[in-house]
Amino acid sequence: MSERGVTLLSACISNGSFSCPQHWACPPAEMCDQTFLAITFGPCDCCSDTKPLMNIYLKNEPVNYCSLCVERMACQGLQPNETLATLKMESETLKTKLEEERAKLHDVELHQVAERVEALGQFVMKTRRTLKGHGNKVLCMDWCKDKRRIVSSSQDGKVIVWDAFTTNKEHAVTMPCTWVMACAYAPSGCAVACGGLDNKCSVYPLSLDKNENLAAKKKSVAMHTNYLSACSFTNSDMQILTSSGDGTCALWDVESGQLLQSFHGHSADVLCLDLAPSETGNTFVSGGCDKKANVWDMRSGQCIQSFETHESDINSVRYYPSGDAFASGSDDATCRLYDLRADREVAIYSKESIIFGASSVDFSLSGRLLFGGYNDYTINVWDVLKGTRVSILFGHENRVSTLRVSPDGTAFCSGSWDHTLRIWA
Amino acid sequence: MSTTNNIAQARKLVEQLRIEAGIERIKVSKAAAELMNYCEQHARGDPLLVGVPASENPFKDKKPCIIL
Repeated sequence: MSERGVTLLSACISNGSFSCPQHWACPPAEMCDQTFLAITFGPCDCCSDTKPLMNIYLKNEPVNYCSLCVERMACQGLQPNETLATLKMESETLKTKLEEERAKLHDVELHQVAERVEALGQFVMKTRRTLKGHGNKVLCMDWCKDKRRIVSSSQDGKVIVWDAFTTNKEHAVTMPCTWVMACAYAPSGCAVACGGLDNKCSVYPLSLDKNENLAAKKKSVAMHTNYLSACSFTNSDMQILTSSGDGTCALWDVESGQLLQSFHGHSADVLCLDLAPSETGNTFVSGGCDKKANVWDMRSGQCIQSFETHESDINSVRYYPSGDAFASGSDDATCRLYDLRADREVAIYSKESIIFGASSVDFSLSGRLLFGGYNDYTINVWDVLKGTRVSILFGHENRVSTLRVSPDGTAFCSGSWDHTLRIWA
Repeated sequence: MSTTNNIAQARKLVEQLRIEAGIERIKVSKAAAELMNYCEQHARGDPLLVGVPASENPFKDKKPCIIL
């Protein structure tokens, strides 16, 4: 018997009547505002025992319940022996158990195992192309599978498709909103998706005719209740995965705009997502302002693993090329590597001299190098296995906001608040 | 009612934690070894790691062409 139920009941009986207070926690049994205590004796309408009965109204119908059944109704919503306190205790014990299980397998650090690997030599990476044309901060970019085209989006609402070899602009679209925070190239190369403060993700088919007005063919696919932070096509042009400031991720069908699956679990804005490499199946990872990185099953909508070791917002997540791990970049100025099969963080990439947040991360083709774009205008290149910094790249004149390695790994592109994109190789 | 919301939330949390506690895990040493293997196997094919000659990388500058 819950403590609160007993108190209410005794208070009710002592002053000879009871009203049905709104704070009785039993929405399934709607009780009306005024009820009377009329002591009658007879069979209870609920349990059929012959007992002193209370005459109460349920859904506007008068019934006679014994005091025990009235009490039971107040506790509806809980299983036998289950109270809020026991549930809270169970979640605490489960959390401790989870930590213990993870700690048991923590027999060695990644960089210790990697001691026998050869150290990397000096890296000379320079800006090979600078893409100028955005009128404001570049917020996001993505490569086309043809390894030469790039789509980028900026704060002024412009989405531009570039040919990275020649630096020519091939298409330009002006979105009806500012802060286009997400953009993605379709696997076929025939469309781009973008969105931001309009809370939507729109797909624009790209046509070969340069004079054609792209905005006319725009298709609104996703609808969120807050800004769109990231979007990505799945293996085909037909489905898009989105993440939003409303704390959810969602999978949409492009053709019909229908919501196929939604993913709930973050307790704050979701800032980034990345799909697992196609060989490893239907999962994706998302990172958010609640400092958590969650791994989701796309079919069931279930969160299968969760990692919470960052000390601030996670701005970017990227799968390791094998799909067995992922890296994250955060406002706490560190990048971290989480192994999915060991179910824990296995490396931290940080330096005391780095105090600005990492906005975006990506791996080189073999997974040996991790490129991180930071808010202090630099790009740091990390040796993933040894945990050391291999190189630091200067060139941007404002925050690096986005960074992606090209599909064939020959170069990587960074976009910045200085209105430009740079291709490095 | 806020109490039943809390109960529903607490129950969801317990369910989620039960799922997470039940997954299969491997030792970090084994996971690290597999990450290393992947790196070594693919190192040769990684242009940013080993570098490719300028003639093969479309982004690197080639020698200027002489038009005859």
